[in-house]
This record gives sequence, C-alpha cells and structure tokens, in this order.
Amino acid sequence: MTALLAIICVVLLAVIAVQVGKVTELAGKIRGEEEVQEQTNRMNGSIGMIFMIVFLVATVVSAFYYRNWMLGYGPHEAASEHGMSLDYLFNVTLFFTGIVFIITQILLFYFAWKYQGKKDRKALFMPHDNKLEIIWTIIPAIVMTFLVVGGLDVWNETMADVEPGEEVIEFEATGYQFAWALRYPGPDGKLGTRDYTKINGINALGQVWTDEKNMDDLMVDEIVLPKGKKVRVRIIARDVLHNFYLPHFRVKMDAVPGMPTYFVFTPTKTTEEYREELSKYPEYQAPDINEPEKMLWETFNYELACAELCGKGHFSMRRLVRVVEEDEYEVWLNGQKSFYLSSIRGTDEDPYKDELLDFEIKERKAAFNSAVNKARAAVEDSLRIIRLENVNFETGSSTLTPLSRYELDNVVDMLNQYSNMTIEVAGHTDNTGDAEANQALSESRAKIVYDYIVARDIATDRLNFAGYGQDRPVDTNDTDAGRASNRRTEFKILTQ
Amino acid sequence: MASNVAITAPQTQEDLLIEEFGYDDHFHDHHHGDKYQSNFVTTYIFSQDHKMIAKQFLITGMFWAIIGGLMSLVFRLQLGFPEESMAWLKPILGKWITVNEAGIGTLAPEFYYALVTMHGTIIVFFVLTAGLSGTFSNLLIPLQIGARDMASPLLNMFSYWFFFLAGVVMFASLFLNTGPFAGGWTAYPPLSALPQASSGSGAGMTLWTVSLVLFVVSVLLGGINYVTTVLNLRTKGMTMWRLPLTIWAFFVTAIIGILSFPVLASGFFLLMCDRGLGTSFFLSEIFIGGQALDHVGGSPVLYQHLFWFLGHPEVYIIILPAMGIVSEVLSVHARKPIFGYKAMVYSILAIAFLSFIVWAHHMFMSGVNPFISNFFVIFTLIIAVPSAVKVFNWIATLYGGNIRFNSANLFAIGFVSMFISGGLTGIFLGNSAIDIQLHDTYFVVAHFHIVMGIAAFFGMYAGVYHWFPKMFAGRFMNETLGKIHFWGTLIGAYAIFWPMHYLGMAGVPRRYYSFDIFDTFRHFGTMNKFITIAAIIVFALQMLMVINFFYSIWRGKKMTTQNPYGSSTLEWTTPINVGHGNWPGKIPTVQRWPYDYGKDGKEFVTQVTPLTEKEKAEGAH
Ligand code: HEM
Ligand SMILES: [Cu+2]
Ligand SMILES: [Cu+2]
Repeated sequence: MTALLAIICVVLLAVIAVQVGKVTELAGKIRGEEEVQEQTNRMNGSIGMIFMIVFLVATVVSAFYYRNWMLGYGPHEAASEHGMSLDYLFNVTLFFTGIVFIITQILLFYFAWKYQGKKDRKALFMPHDNKLEIIWTIIPAIVMTFLVVGGLDVWNETMADVEPGEEVIEFEATGYQFAWALRYPGPDGKLGTRDYTKINGINALGQVWTDEKNMDDLMVDEIVLPKGKKVRVRIIARDVLHNFYLPHFRVKMDAVPGMPTYFVFTPTKTTEEYREELSKYPEYQAPDINEPEKMLWETFNYELACAELCGKGHFSMRRLVRVVEEDEYEVWLNGQKSFYLSSIRGTDEDPYKDELLDFEIKERKAAFNSAVNKARAAVEDSLRIIRLENVNFETGSSTLTPLSRYELDNVVDMLNQYSNMTIEVAGHTDNTGDAEANQALSESRAKIVYDYIVARDIATDRLNFAGYGQDRPVDTNDTDAGRASNRRTEFKILTQ
Repeated sequence: MASNVAITAPQTQEDLLIEEFGYDDHFHDHHHGDKYQSNFVTTYIFSQDHKMIAKQFLITGMFWAIIGGLMSLVFRLQLGFPEESMAWLKPILGKWITVNEAGIGTLAPEFYYALVTMHGTIIVFFVLTAGLSGTFSNLLIPLQIGARDMASPLLNMFSYWFFFLAGVVMFASLFLNTGPFAGGWTAYPPLSALPQASSGSGAGMTLWTVSLVLFVVSVLLGGINYVTTVLNLRTKGMTMWRLPLTIWAFFVTAIIGILSFPVLASGFFLLMCDRGLGTSFFLSEIFIGGQALDHVGGSPVLYQHLFWFLGHPEVYIIILPAMGIVSEVLSVHARKPIFGYKAMVYSILAIAFLSFIVWAHHMFMSGVNPFISNFFVIFTLIIAVPSAVKVFNWIATLYGGNIRFNSANLFAIGFVSMFISGGLTGIFLGNSAIDIQLHDTYFVVAHFHIVMGIAAFFGMYAGVYHWFPKMFAGRFMNETLGKIHFWGTLIGAYAIFWPMHYLGMAGVPRRYYSFDIFDTFRHFGTMNKFITIAAIIVFALQMLMVINFFYSIWRGKKMTTQNPYGSSTLEWTTPINVGHGNWPGKIPTVQRWPYDYGKDGKEFVTQVTPLTEKEKAEGAH
C-alpha cells in the first residue's frame, strides 16, 4: 500500500515536472526565442552571483562554526611534537588555497554575470595572451615550490627513524581482525622476535619463547606513554592490512602483514593537560551522553583507531591511549607482569618447561643456601634435616623429573663447599598402598639421589642413603595435603 | 535513408561549402542501402554505428548511475540515521537487513561495506569511465574530425558489449549468497585475496575481478579505436592543431587508458593467482581464521603500486573528457574562442604525462620508504600547475564573452567551480606531511567527490545537454528542468561534500560503519543527518534529469536549424537527422581551427569555411 502510494507520488511529481517544462517552452514560442534567452541569461547570471555570495559566506561561516573541531585550531592542537609543524603546514596551505579559492570563485561567477548574453553585445576575440598565461603559470609554480619545500622538510623530519643508540621508548602494535594487540618490551627495552607460524590461542603474536628478549615482554590493553619522551611504535598486522591511527598525535601508518612499519613521535601533552584545555571550550562543556553525570572534557581520552579498511569490524578497533607524567609511567610499567611468566611459563607452550631459567636457578640456589645455613646453625639434630622441595619423581617410579637436577646440583655444590660435611639422603612415602612396596620405593628413590651426587665426584664415604617408607610421617595421612607433604626426599647433615 | 534527408532539407551555407570543397570518398556508393543498419537488431542492439554505440554507453551508464546512487543513499541512511529502522528495506535488501524482535531493522556491517565498495566501483568505472568517455569519445570523435565512423566499427561494437558483459557479471555478484565484494573499490589484498577475511572476498571478489577484466578489455578496444581514428581518419585539413579540445582530451584519455589499464589487469591477474593457485605475490606471513597460511615473501604494497599505477591515471581518464567537453561548451556559449588553446593542449599533455608518475601519493602511509615519497610529493604538486592554468583559462574564456546561459553552459561553469574547490584540497593531500593526518579521512572523501565525482558528472551533463540534439534526432532537452537540475545539484552537491572537510579535519576516518565507538568521532550526528538529507534531495534531482532525458527523446523541442548554437565545429554541419556515415554527400574538409567565435565582427565561422584573403589562421589576429 505504502509502496503504491510512493509510486503514485513519484509519477505525479514526474508529470508535474514535465508540465512545468512544457509551459516554459510554450512561453518561449510566444515571446520569441531571443527575448526569452536574454531574460534567461539575466536570471541565471544573477542566480550565479547570489549563489557565489551565499556559497562563499557559507564556507566562511561554517568554518567559523566548526573552528573548534578543526586541525590546529582551538583545542585541537596536535598533542605531539611533529604534529605542531604538520598543523602549521596545513594552515599555511589553507591560507594560500583559501585566497585562490575565493578569488577564482568570485571571478568565475562574476564574469558569468557581467558578460551575460545580450542582443547588442559583441564578444571579445581574445584567443590567448602570452603574458597573462606566463604569469598564471609562474605564480602557482612559485607557491607550489614553497609548499613542497616546507612540506618535505616536515615530512623527512617526521618520518626519520631513530638513530642507533638514541634513547627511545619502543612498543609494538599488531592489528588483527578486529582489535589491536599491544606489546611493550619490558625491562630489557627490546621486543622479542616473532614467528607467525607459532601463533595460537595463547600466543597471539607468535612470540618465539626461545628468544630471551620475549620473556620480559608485556602485553597490555591500553597504550600508556610518558610525556616528552620519544616513542617508536613498531606496527604490524597479523591477517589483513590495518592502519595505526592516533588522530590527536597526527600519527598514521599502515600495519602490513609480513612487513613491520614504524612511526616515531613525541607526545607533548598528558591526557590531563588535554582535558584541561578542552574544558575551556563550549563544545566540551556538555554532558557526555554515555556518562551523563560527567562533562565531555572529563571523559575525553586519546584514542587509537584503524584507518585502513580491514573487514566488517573495521570501525570498531579502538584502544585507549593515556599520556602521563614520567614517574606515573614508571609506576604503571612496573605494575605490569611479563606475559611469558604469567601465562606461558610451565605450560605446554613453554620450550623451557623442563629447564630452569637463570634467574630461577639463582632464586632456588639462594633459598637452598639459606636453608642449609639455618640447618647448620641449628642445635638440635632433628632440625638439621633439609627437605629437597624441588626434587621430584615421576609418579610411582624412581625416575627423577627433569627439573630435579637443579636442586641436586645445589647439594653437590654444598658438599664441595664444606669439604668435611657428611650427609644421609632419605626417602619417605605416604601411607597409601602396600607398606613393603613403599619401603622399597623410598629406598630406590634415595639411592637415585645418592647415585646422582656420587656421579659428580663426591667421595662415597661422605654420604649414605636410606628408605623409610611410610614410617616417619611429618603430617597427617588423612588429607591430600598431608599426604603430599609426607612424600618427600630429604637429607640430614651428619657432620658439618 | 540519410541521403534522402539531405536532399529534401534546405541547403545551408555549410552544405554548399561541403559540396564545393568537400572530399568525395564515394562512401554512399559503397554502402548502398546501408547494409550496416538494415534491421532492428543491427540498428539498435549490435550496432556498429558510433552514434548508436555512444547512446548505448550513455544509457547503460545512466542505469549504473542510478544503481550506484541508490546504494549510496542506503549507506548514507546508515550514517545519518543509525537509529532509524531499516526494516522497510527488507523486501529489497533481504537478509542484509536484520530485523530484531522489536521490528527494528539494521543494516549488516558486511553489507554496508559491500554497498560502499559497489558504489565506488560502479561510479568510477561504469559511470564515469564508460558512461562519460565511452559516450562522448564515440559520439564526437568521428563527428568532430570529419570521419564517417570509427576506424574499426566492429571493435567499437565489441567494446560496448564487453562493457555490457562486465556489467552483467557485476550485477550478478549482487545476488550472491555470500554477498558482493566488500573490500573497497581499491581491493587491497590480503583482504581481497582471502575468503576467510570477509564474506565478500569469496565468490563476490571473483566476479568483481572477472567483471573488471572484461571492463579492461572494453576500455582497450575502445581506446585503440579512438587513438587510431584520431590519428588516421581526420579529414583533409584537420591538423592536430585544429582539433577541438574535446578530441584532444578523448585522444589523450585513450592513450592513458591503453598504457595504464593493462597494469591493472596484470595486478588482478597476480591477485587471482594468489587466490587460486597458491602463489604469494601479495601475501606474506598471514595468520587468519585460526590458521597460519603458508604464503611467505609477498608484499601487499606491490599490489598497491600496480593498482595506483592505473588508479591515479584513471582519475584523469575520468576528468580529461569532462575537461574537453567543458572547454568546448564554455567556448561555444560564451561566443568566444577558448582562451589559450595551445596552453590547454599542453596542459592536457602535461597532466597526462605527470599522471603516470604520481601514483604513490595514494600510498604515503602504506609503509613505502618515506624517502621515495619525496619524489611523489614533488610531481604531485607540479600537477597543480597545469591544472591551475586550465582553470584560469576557463575563467578567461568567460571574460568579455556574450554568454548564453543554457543548461549545458551552466553545468560547464559549475564544473569549473567544482574543479577549483576539489583541486585545491588536492594540494593539502599531495603534501605527504599533511596527508599523515588526512589520509583515509573524510577530507579525502570530500576531495575526490568534488573534484572527480561531481565535476565529472557536471562535465557529462554539460555534454548531454549540449549534444542531445545530435544524439536524438534533433530534439533538445527541456531547458527549465535542466536549470532546476543544475542549480539544485550545484547547491546540493556542495551541501553534501563541503561539510565532509570538517569531518576530515576533525580526524573522522572514512569507511566507518558507525562513529559511536570513538569519543573523537561521535560528535557529528547532526552534520551526518544534514549530509544524508542533502544526498537524498540531490538524487531526486538526478531523477528529474532522467525524466527530462527520456521525455525529450520522444517529445523534446525540435531543432529547426542544423547548427542551433552557432557552433563552428564539424558535427553541426551534419544533417539534423544524422544517418550512418554522418555526411550525406562528401566529407567536409577543414579550413581553420575550431574556435573562430567573434572574429572580425563575425559571430562565428565554421571550420569548413575557407580563410578570407587577409585573414590570419588559427588564433592569430
Ligand atoms: C591538484 C591536483 C590534485 C592533487 C594534488 C591530488 C592529490 C591527491 C592525493 C594526495 C590523494 C590521496 C589522498 C589520500 O588517500 O590520503 C588524492 C586522492 C584522490 N584524488 Fe586527487 N589530487 C588532485 C586532483 C585530483 C583530480 C583532478 C582527481 C579526479 C578527477 C582526483 C581524484 C582523486 C581520487 C579519486 C582520490 C581518492 C582515491 C581513494 O583513495 O579512493 N584528484 N588526491
Ligand atoms: Cu581497519
Ligand atoms: Cu591520485
């Protein structure tokens, strides 16, 4: 029904249009073509003048109306160092092109009106004028030269990569459908290598964990930067093209799969300072519809957007950017946890699952040494027992787990350090299963440890081993936790 | 048939001049009974007559313009009125509108992007390349150089039918289950290469590419024909320096097309290999859909080089014919020679040459070596110089004229206004440092719609209104409707695209389905509504033009004289009802340049009129 009505409306309008056209054509026949043409010329020439004036006024008025949203005006000054010169260049260009725009539009419509066709007018025969033509070739050429030189100066400075050895904060942004993954290098200041074939549900970037530089890298969900420090973003994509776009910082660069790009910039205003600036403008003194109790300037945040069509979610790739004072940045940075240690270490992803990392070895050694020192200082015999927390066996067998060797090496080191020390290695089990079997298992486990140590050039007379089965529990055997602490390998210092 | 008309029509002065000085090629002896157009099919469908082929290009172009325009209205509704229900579009758009329980219909983002992509592809290639250059090169080249037809009417016919086929394939892609291609008219890989990346990148992209390859064939067949015709079939006396600027423009356009379109085709070919044969020209180290692909070593940037090596010349392929038309129309109706004819030709040549070495200005932010951009900045901004020369020359052509305001001339004046406004913003974008901020924002959208979209449409309208009587048996389009069409469109087009500059300056990116997610981009709801309303009005005005067009074909005012505008070019020496072979008797020979308006007190002198004794040739006086 509505469709029918719509169609009828359209047809009616078409009929009216045709009738209007016909009527004026008829008038032309009655009054004579020439007469009508002259009147048409007058009318359209005048409409042209009116249009020109209204149009030029509208351009100026609308520019004034939107001034507080415009590049480099009011609150929308760039928040980065290079952005300032970019804004300046924009406005210089606006100035020159603005002049040309106004003059040429005026001349175009003014001439059209001034020289509107009249019966008694004769057109000039003016096929060319070399002088004029040379002038209006040379003037644009000069202006262009000026703009090119200014532009390239800013361009080459902006796009220059950091010098080797220059102090810079580097972070990495990876675009994927449809979000950004953000990575900071951690304390070593270096981003680890990546291999796209290693990407999976946990390892979103395909970080190569055998690369030490990866181990301290941080994955964050907002960009935080200190004010006044040079920043280099390494930009890359995982699937299709994206574009790393920070409108307030005048930063934009494609993210290309397989080809890292970069952008170097220096933030000059903290988020707080920018808000402060915005608060002075009426455009931002309105309540934010998303958070009506706050003003727009209060909810303002720098943002990261995507500026290269990447599929159906292209318009939604938002991340927050926070620029803060340097000390605040340090606090934030130190509060972040390495992605490797928090999410990868010890999982099947981890190539070092069966190894300890240097710092872990150090940590364990320190813990072991302090236990040894405590035991050596103890008076009571029963306190001279040191439990080997990190020595473990495969379930039900007497095979050492791979990580046990680090603790045993600590024992060897201790024996080497205290050359008169003798010890007894003891194995214990919980009370599940057959007591005799438990006894045998505990003994064979103690023997394995004994063998390990002896194999490292420790004289056999300095240590012996014993299996105690389930006879000497240190905890209850009624709970899982209790049983776990009863299953243990330990050694007792016999002589210092 | 045709010769009958000539015999019964009163002999004009031009007819007599052609009788006297013309060149007898015995055309009508050979083509007895007009074997080329003996029945309905050979006259109207598989016609080899350049004028019929021109009309076919024009009307097919209009069909696509309407489709492309309607698409833009749908996505403008999404941008201007994101909260309004689109459920009423469900009968047309089907599953791309999802309707929730409350009956509110929303446009799916995939389909938003499909619409944007189709709109761009259709308007750029089918409307402003085929519809503009195809129409007027075909119509005017033989008529204005004094030829009976194109060098190869057969290839010319194929050129149209390849375009037609391209259209059929593209149209078919709209009905695919997975939707038409949705990765933007530039079709950057990997998005366009991987069906996993977007539903339109599957069958939709295949059809898109097939369609455009067919289109490239059409452009090449047409282009080779135009170049050959201009070089070889100029009538006696028609030296290159006596060609109207229209022909110069079509000629250079065809050359640009021949040189650049094959590069696009090769880009598509490599893309197809990447899609189907597992090669890695444009793909490297991609993880998508939970899978690491085994493509390594390719570069998506390479595709961009290939694409823009066509893409930038393409924008001049679109605008040069419009410039040619505007030069001609302005001059005829200002009753003055075009100012600086030679400068105009040289700037066309300069623009054409430069258009091949500026392509990477579309790629400043693509990750190409920033050092290389230095050259592209320089060449890009140099292009502004010949462009400026052309603008100044058009304005100077109006100066001191006796200007006839009809729809054709109004559109020509409107073209100049648009070209100024849009060309100037190119100077911002061409400066790579400024482009860092403006690239892929609405500023670019404003730039190219004004300078290319609207300006080229204006050039096309100027041509349609001006040469309509030559196409449709001596009938004019209605002037009143034409003027309403012009003023409405001029105001409306600025209303649509001018505000987009402000969006761009505020940083709003193009190709966003919704702006709500970003604090930086969400403040322009009112402006977006305004733009959408303006777009709807402007579209309606174009429908007015379509009505006028078809009404006038059958009912338009009849031309009473052979040369209604007092024009000096050859097409107006043909009979009102011009038949196959264009001139009923001899071919006219040319005695002078095409712009003798107002010379020595004479209103105009046609090109077939010999110089008088003491008269200086060409523009000299
Ligand atoms: C003064 C002369 C001109 C200069 C300096 C210029 C410069 C530019 C630049 C640098 C861009 C890239 C912007 C970006 O993506 O960041 C651009 C885009 C564009 N220009 Fe121009 N331009 C000029 C004239 C023209 C003309 C005459 C046309 C067409 C008739 C045109 C059509 C386009 C189109 C279609 C695009 C956008 C393509 C896209 O990304 O979809 N330009 N222009
Ligand atoms: Cu994107
Ligand atoms: Cu370009």
